[in-house]
Amino acid sequence: MQNNVIDYLNNIVKEKPDKVAYADDKDAYTFKQVYDYSRSVASYIAGMGLHRAPVVVFMRKHPKEIISFFGVITAGCFYIPIDEEMPTVRIQMILDNVKSGLILCDDAMKVKAAAFDTDARIVTFDEICDTPVDNDRLTEIHDKALDTDPIYIVFTSGSTGVPKGVCACHRSVLDYIEQLSETLNFGEDTVFGNQTPLYFDASLKEVYPTLKFGATTYLIPKGLFMFPIKLVEFMNEKKINTICWVVSALTMISAYGAFDSVKPEYLHTIAFGSEVFPIKQFRIWKSVLPNAAFTNLYGPTEGTGMCCYYHVDREFEEGEAIPIGGPFKNTEILLLNDKNELASGDETGEICIRGTGVTLGYYNNPEKTAECFVQNPLNTAYPEIIYRTGDIGKRNDRGELVFVSRKDYQIKHMGHRIELGEIEAAVNMVEGVKLSGCIYDNENGKIVLFYVGDIDKKDMIRALKEKLPRYMLPNQVNILSEMPFTGNGKINRNELKRMYKEENA
Amino acid sequence: MDELLEILSDLHPEVDFENEEGLIDRGILDSFDIVSLISEISENFDVTISAEKITPENFNSAKALWALIERLDEEQN
Repeated sequence: MQNNVIDYLNNIVKEKPDKVAYADDKDAYTFKQVYDYSRSVASYIAGMGLHRAPVVVFMRKHPKEIISFFGVITAGCFYIPIDEEMPTVRIQMILDNVKSGLILCDDAMKVKAAAFDTDARIVTFDEICDTPVDNDRLTEIHDKALDTDPIYIVFTSGSTGVPKGVCACHRSVLDYIEQLSETLNFGEDTVFGNQTPLYFDASLKEVYPTLKFGATTYLIPKGLFMFPIKLVEFMNEKKINTICWVVSALTMISAYGAFDSVKPEYLHTIAFGSEVFPIKQFRIWKSVLPNAAFTNLYGPTEGTGMCCYYHVDREFEEGEAIPIGGPFKNTEILLLNDKNELASGDETGEICIRGTGVTLGYYNNPEKTAECFVQNPLNTAYPEIIYRTGDIGKRNDRGELVFVSRKDYQIKHMGHRIELGEIEAAVNMVEGVKLSGCIYDNENGKIVLFYVGDIDKKDMIRALKEKLPRYMLPNQVNILSEMPFTGNGKINRNELKRMYKEENA
Repeated sequence: MDELLEILSDLHPEVDFENEEGLIDRGILDSFDIVSLISEISENFDVTISAEKITPENFNSAKALWALIERLDEEQN
């Protein structure tokens, strides 16, 4: 039985050595190159004596970054992708959390990496990619591998301002890739157009099925997502037929009438997720590609990427939400009500995940892990961990799962999962700030910040840019003379929402 | 033009939009900015920017963007 994702690579390199596996607008790497380079990288890592250890990969999005991931895994280690888009404060927190012995960079990131406070050795891909392969050692590592060993840690927003590292094992990723591939009909002729950053679990959808089937993934340059017509032209040039994008990337194309001048000619499979697809935009896509398969995906990072899907097979009214459908095979969704019992009928409940897809927990963070990776309350007979998503859902009259709301202040903004509390924590660290509160304008997709303090809006944005990733920056900033509070002394977000609505009415 | 400069500097207070000629080429604006800009421009200047006008050339400087708004205003209003 396959117990290691690297077996996908070991198999496919024999079948399709010369086919392009990963490419961007400039460079392309065949499966043979991916295999050879990853084994050199692995031999270097193993040579350092690192095994079952975290390795940070700090590179610009490029096929070499993916090869580095495989190198780390082949060495029996697990990778932590970080990115130049992350603010320095956040990167430092991640480095402090994982305490990696090695940071693998590209030339551009090497200087940046050296500026952090870390004991890790810093090397570039190019410096080590020709390391002689230690076949004996790599075979030994491969033979000893367990499918419960970690494969990666990806960091997600934490409400206190400290990001949480979700740690997943081989078994969860294998299960996810198998189920997702079956659900979306991936195959050897699949040509993926990757949109999501490689430092999120979202990119698993392209990275591993490419190995499983000997497909091809194009990493679409980020800049193209600003220019819809150029983007579609790129997709046609590369004959991209399958995309798994965040909704905002899809609506970027449909909303400005790009389809009037150019249409995606090869596209037949479109998966989307992470946020609501406005029906008006969805209909535009559907009318341009009437024969394509459209699938809504749902799932938190803690459940290894996605865990539910819905093939859109009927018409929806404007304002209606496309269901999240039901779980992949080998996953169960428990809808638990306030009494920790299964919700019945159309009762709402918290969406909880049961099965192999549940990840190992938050790395070096037992407190946060214990909060939502919990014993299945329906099972008192033996240890069984489920993940409580904090998402509230219900079943519609067709029995399909529908997302209703969040239990807390987590939002989805431009496809990113964000804790409003993390933004507030960053604001509160800015000198001169007394109090702050954040709300989200769902309708217009805006993060709205209110604060009390002696700092003007421009300086506030400037200061936040150093602390928060780009996608977490407030879209609108308001200064208040005093903050509204609830009866029990908490910041009154409902009142903030009312003030915001009144001002924008 | 002043109104446009204000919208731009709300997005990036640290950028000198009057003189910067490489907003796209130098990676200053990203897709978040483009989406917010298009919606702010349509709200404030009552013009619609369609996909074919969303090009690196039109967004590379405040001047170029302002010229686009003026052209669209003539065509549409």
